[in-house]
Amino acid sequence: MSKVSLIIQREYLTRVRKKSFIIMTILGPILMATLFVAPAMLADYNGNDIQRIRVIDESGLFNGKLAGNEKLVYEMDTMSLPVAKETFDPARHDAILYIPGNVINNTGSILLFTSKQPNINLVSAIEKTIQKEIENMKLQTRGIDRAMLDEIKTRVDINTRLLTDEGETDTSAELSTIVGMICGVLIYMFIFLYGAQVMRGVIEEKTSRIVEVIISSVRPFQLMMGKIVGIALVGLTQFILWIVLTLTISSIASQIFFDKEVIQQQMQQRTTAMGTELPQNNSEDSQTEVVSQGAIKVFSSMSSINFPLIIGAFIFFFLGGYLLYGALFAAIGAAVDGESDTQQFMLPITIPLILSFVIAQSVIQNPDSQLAFWFSIIPFTSPVVMMVRLPFGVPVLDMVLSAVLLIGGFIFTTWIAGRIYRTGILMYGKKVSWGELGKWLFYKG
Amino acid sequence: MILSINKVTKQYAAHKALDDVSIEVPKGSVFGLLGPNGAGKTSLIRIINQITAPDSGTIHLNGHKLHPDDISRIGYLPEERGLYKKMEVGEQAIYLARLKGLSRPEAITKLKYWFEKFELKGWWKKKIEELSKGMQQKIQFIITVLHDPELLILDEPFTGFDPINANLIKDELLRLNSEGSSIILSTHRMESVEELCSHIALINKSKKVLDGEVKEIRKKFRSHTYEIEYSGNAISFANSLWAGYELIDSGQHGELNKARVRMLNSTSTNELLNALLPNVEVHSFTEVIPGMSDIFISVVSESNDAGMEVGHE
Repeated sequence: MSKVSLIIQREYLTRVRKKSFIIMTILGPILMATLFVAPAMLADYNGNDIQRIRVIDESGLFNGKLAGNEKLVYEMDTMSLPVAKETFDPARHDAILYIPGNVINNTGSILLFTSKQPNINLVSAIEKTIQKEIENMKLQTRGIDRAMLDEIKTRVDINTRLLTDEGETDTSAELSTIVGMICGVLIYMFIFLYGAQVMRGVIEEKTSRIVEVIISSVRPFQLMMGKIVGIALVGLTQFILWIVLTLTISSIASQIFFDKEVIQQQMQQRTTAMGTELPQNNSEDSQTEVVSQGAIKVFSSMSSINFPLIIGAFIFFFLGGYLLYGALFAAIGAAVDGESDTQQFMLPITIPLILSFVIAQSVIQNPDSQLAFWFSIIPFTSPVVMMVRLPFGVPVLDMVLSAVLLIGGFIFTTWIAGRIYRTGILMYGKKVSWGELGKWLFYKG
Repeated sequence: MILSINKVTKQYAAHKALDDVSIEVPKGSVFGLLGPNGAGKTSLIRIINQITAPDSGTIHLNGHKLHPDDISRIGYLPEERGLYKKMEVGEQAIYLARLKGLSRPEAITKLKYWFEKFELKGWWKKKIEELSKGMQQKIQFIITVLHDPELLILDEPFTGFDPINANLIKDELLRLNSEGSSIILSTHRMESVEELCSHIALINKSKKVLDGEVKEIRKKFRSHTYEIEYSGNAISFANSLWAGYELIDSGQHGELNKARVRMLNSTSTNELLNALLPNVEVHSFTEVIPGMSDIFISVVSESNDAGMEVGHE
C-alpha cells in the first residue's frame, strides 16, 4: 500500500471514529431542519403578549373602525391628549395613539407614544390598519365600492417555459434560485469547515512535533496531500450520510404519519376552506394561496432542472474549491506556531470566500450579468458563484472555462502551499512575515 | 563507509547552514556529530534523511548515491519529536512503522517484542497523552529502531530520560551497534560521547572543524600533562621542578598531595621522575588525556577566533 494512501487512511479513520463526527452526522439534518423551522416558529411566538393601545381620535373618523386582533387591542378614548399623556400607565396600556383632526389631509401627523422603544411590527401593524381605513374613506367619498375594487385587483403569474432543441419544459426561477443557493451555501460551508480542519490538523502535527518523524518517511508534499484528501473524504462521507439520513427519516416519517391520499385530502380541505369560510379576510389568505401555488409550480418544474448536471457539477466544484482552499489552509497551518497566530494569514483567504458568497446574492438576481460571468470564471470565487448560476443554465463554454481554470487554480495553490508547507513545518518558535513566506517559495527542496 | 558526505553546502536566504562539509562515517561505528547550537548539525541530519536537499554536494549510503528508498534503511530520532497525542499507542506505532515500509503483521510482531522488552505491554490501548514523558520517549525510540535500520541517526536521544532509562537506551544502542547497525549520535553530553563514540566530527559555524577517531583525537590533544600523587613537602616538590616544567596546580587529596605538571620541552617522563624522586615519595604517575569536553571547547573557541580574524581582514 502506498504511503499516501496510508496517510489518507489515518486521516480519514481518526476523524470518522471521533464522537464529534458521529454526533454531527446525526445532529446535522436536525440542525438544518431547525434552521428552517425555527425562524417561522419564533415569528409565530413573537407576539404572544396582548398589546393594548389607547386611541385618542380627534378626527372622530375611526370610531369602531380600528379592528384589532387577538394580539392587538384598540381602546377608543375621548379624553384630550395632554390628559392621556399625564395619566399614561405602562402597566395598563402599551401605547397612546394620537390621531389629529386633519388626518385625512395630513397623514404624517399621527403620533404614537410609548414608554419604551416600540417594536417595528407593532408600528407597521398600526400603520397598515389606519392606511386601509383612510383608503376606504377616500374610496367612499369618490363613490367606489371596496368589494368592487378587490374584484378588479388582478394578480398575474407568468409560467415560464424553456424552449430548446429537445422541446419545451416548464421552468421556475424560484426553483433555480433555491437549488443554486443551497448548492452555493453548502460549498461555502464545506470549504470553511473542512479547510479549517486541514489547518488544525497541520498545526497539531507541528505543535506535537510528530511532523519531523513522519517526513523522514514520506515527502512533506505527500503528507500534506494525504491530509487534504483524507479530510475531503470525511466531508463527502458526512454529506452522503446526511442525505441518506434525511431521505430515510423523511420517507419513514411520511409513511408513518401521512398517506399520500391523506395529504391530498387535507390540501383540498384547506383550499375549499380558504375559498368559503374566510372570504372577508382576503389579503392574508391570498398570500398563503400564492405560496402554495408557488410550491406547486416549483414541483411541477422540477424536471426543468438538469439534476445529473447539477450533482456532477456540485461534486466537481465542491472538490475543486475545497482542494484550492484546503492547500492554502494547510500552508497557513504550517507557517504558524499555534492556532492563535493564524489570524493575519486567514484574512486573505477568507476575503475571496466571503466575497463569493456576497456576490452570489446578486448573481441570483441576474445570473447572466458580466459580474456573474467573471466571478464564476475566477477560481477563487467560481465554486460558489458557478453553483449559484448553474441551475439557471450556463453556456457550455463558460462551464468548461471555469472548470479548467479551477483545476489550474488548485494546481497553482497546491504548488505554492507545498513550498510553504515543507519549510514551515520545520520552523519552530518563529513569527513569520509575508516576506518570509515569499522567500520560502524559492528554497531548494 | 556506511555514509559519505561529500562537499555538502546548504544556504537559507541570508544564512549559510552548511559550508563545504565532508564527513565519512565508517560502517559499524558509533559516530558523534558534535557542535554548538546552531552550527548546522540539524541541517546536515535533515539532508541525510532527505527531508531537505543540499544546494551542492553529494551523499552516499553504503557506496551508492542516496535514493528515496533509502529512508527504510535509516532510523531517525529527531531532536524535536512527538507523537499524535489523541491516538492509541499501538495503532500509532503500527502506522509509523508502516510508513517506514513494514507490513502490518511484521510491525505487530516486532512491536510486541519491543513492548515486552521495555515493559510497555499494558499500554497498547492507551492514548499517548495518558503516558508519562519518559514512556513517550521509549515508544519514540522503539519506532526509530523497529525496522532494523542499517544506519541510526539520533539527535539528543537521552533528553527526557531518567538515568535508569537513559542507561537502558544506551545498552540497547550498544547492542544494536554490536549487531551491525552504524549509529550517528548528535549530542551535547560529552560524557556520552566519550562513553559511546568511536568516531566524531565537530561542526562549528557551518564548517567542519575536526573529525576522526576519538582515541586519535584525544591523543592528538595531549598536552604532556601528568598527574602526580605524592607524600612529602609541597614546597620541596615545587622546588624540585626546574625551568622545563610548569606546575599547573597542586592540592591535597586525602593523605596524599596531588599536582599536575606539564612538560614544556619534549623531555622524557623518566627525567621528570628523576627530578622528583630525591625530594618526595611518588605514589602514582599518570598522563592526563584531555576529555572531549575540553577538546570541544578549545577547538570551537579556536575556530571562532580564527573566524574573527578572517572577518577583520
